[in-house]
Amino acid sequence: MKSVRLGLVTLAGAVLSFAVSAAELTVSAAASLTNAFRELAPLFEAKFPDTKVQLNFGASGALLQQIAKGAPVDVFASADQENMDQAQAQALVKASDRRNFVSNSLVVIVPVPGSIVLKSLSDLAQPAYKRVAIGLPASVPAGRYTKASLEEQGLWSAIESKMIGAQNVRQALDYVARGEVDAGFVYATDAALMPDKVKVALSVPTPTPILYPIAPVAASANTDAAKKFIEFIMSPKARGVLAKYGFGMP
Amino acid sequence: MDGAWIALTLTLKVAGWATALNLVLGVGVGYMLARKRFWGRDLLDAAFTLPMVMPPTVLGYYLLVLIGSQGPLGSWLKQQFGINLIFTWQGAVIAATIVAFPLVFKSARAAFESIDPQLEQAARVLGVREWGVFFRVSLPLAWRSILAGLLLAFARATGEFGATLMVAGSIPGKTQTLSIAVYEAVQAGQDDVAGALVLVTSVTCMAVLLAAGRLVPGRVAGQG
Repeated sequence: MKSVRLGLVTLAGAVLSFAVSAAELTVSAAASLTNAFRELAPLFEAKFPDTKVQLNFGASGALLQQIAKGAPVDVFASADQENMDQAQAQALVKASDRRNFVSNSLVVIVPVPGSIVLKSLSDLAQPAYKRVAIGLPASVPAGRYTKASLEEQGLWSAIESKMIGAQNVRQALDYVARGEVDAGFVYATDAALMPDKVKVALSVPTPTPILYPIAPVAASANTDAAKKFIEFIMSPKARGVLAKYGFGMP
Repeated sequence: MDGAWIALTLTLKVAGWATALNLVLGVGVGYMLARKRFWGRDLLDAAFTLPMVMPPTVLGYYLLVLIGSQGPLGSWLKQQFGINLIFTWQGAVIAATIVAFPLVFKSARAAFESIDPQLEQAARVLGVREWGVFFRVSLPLAWRSILAGLLLAFARATGEFGATLMVAGSIPGKTQTLSIAVYEAVQAGQDDVAGALVLVTSVTCMAVLLAAGRLVPGRVAGQG
């Protein structure tokens, strides 16, 4: 029993010493950035070998709440301006280093083996569409964009009753890909990840353009690395990766 | 606060159904495993205990793949009966039932095994049929332990989160149980809503515990 305990202590020590050998940079990024940022992180680490990037994905609203409650985050990349504005209003991020780095567009997707053809947004109000996956507007930017677009066209009340709320935009994508819903609202970049399972039926005009801001977190203990990460995201190399995943330039 | 009451009634409905189903399934399986000798009994016991040790998200994924509209069971149900379980409260009941199942069948099995076989034998000698032996001798003797298991199952079903969220989603008034509503309110930064929900949940749990103490005096506290 004693040797087991000793072994555990040694192991814990090894893990801890490993963790402090490289500076960690925690990046909280919108769920829609998942694939692009997973490809970007190793490129950044190759450029700055002293820094280890930890990626934390989720709905931008949920990420904001984590930061507001004191999560040790260094960089915040949101899928909308509202959450970043709130972060700025609460002095959670450094406003002077805030940058818009990509743009995106909202689309309606349907499962690929689907039989129903969607011609316009108002078709979603028809009884043929029983369930529509939409990110929860309170915490998911894609849901907020969707709500704003549908409200503008006077369709929100008709479609809200069919809404299956998703915790983040990728969950909405997953619901459609599994055929559990008849349609879903996601970004064009999300739809492009599963061309064999989902089909873009319509692109949805949004009242405000979809612009992703990125900023260093004010409470970060790693300000230099955070700034370097944002510089890297704005670099031509990173933009090439983002463009590959279908993100537009602001 | 209205939302909290809606979530509470839904949670009680889901947990109530899950407990009722587990009363039948858990007692049945517990009795079978306690009394019958057959090949693969230990394997079956381990398989039935899995939901207790596996992460609820793993169960949720299994369920989603199985009863989803493209899953083998889900597509059959849809074609044969037009039944769809994903994003329904019935789906939430299935998730909660499976997650809480080991708590009932484990305590039922242990209770049946601890019964003195001579008592059952005596009933048989006196001419009581097998069903009568079960309902008039075995079940009454095992009942207190089973009840304790059921109360734990009810509590587990009330707090179920991972599997429920994956299978039933989070539709207010339909599948949004208390624990999911709390999660969602915190994600959205609605601390006042979260506070109300947490309060309602805590009061409910206290009420369940106190009721448990009344129903099974001196037993639940020791076994819980």
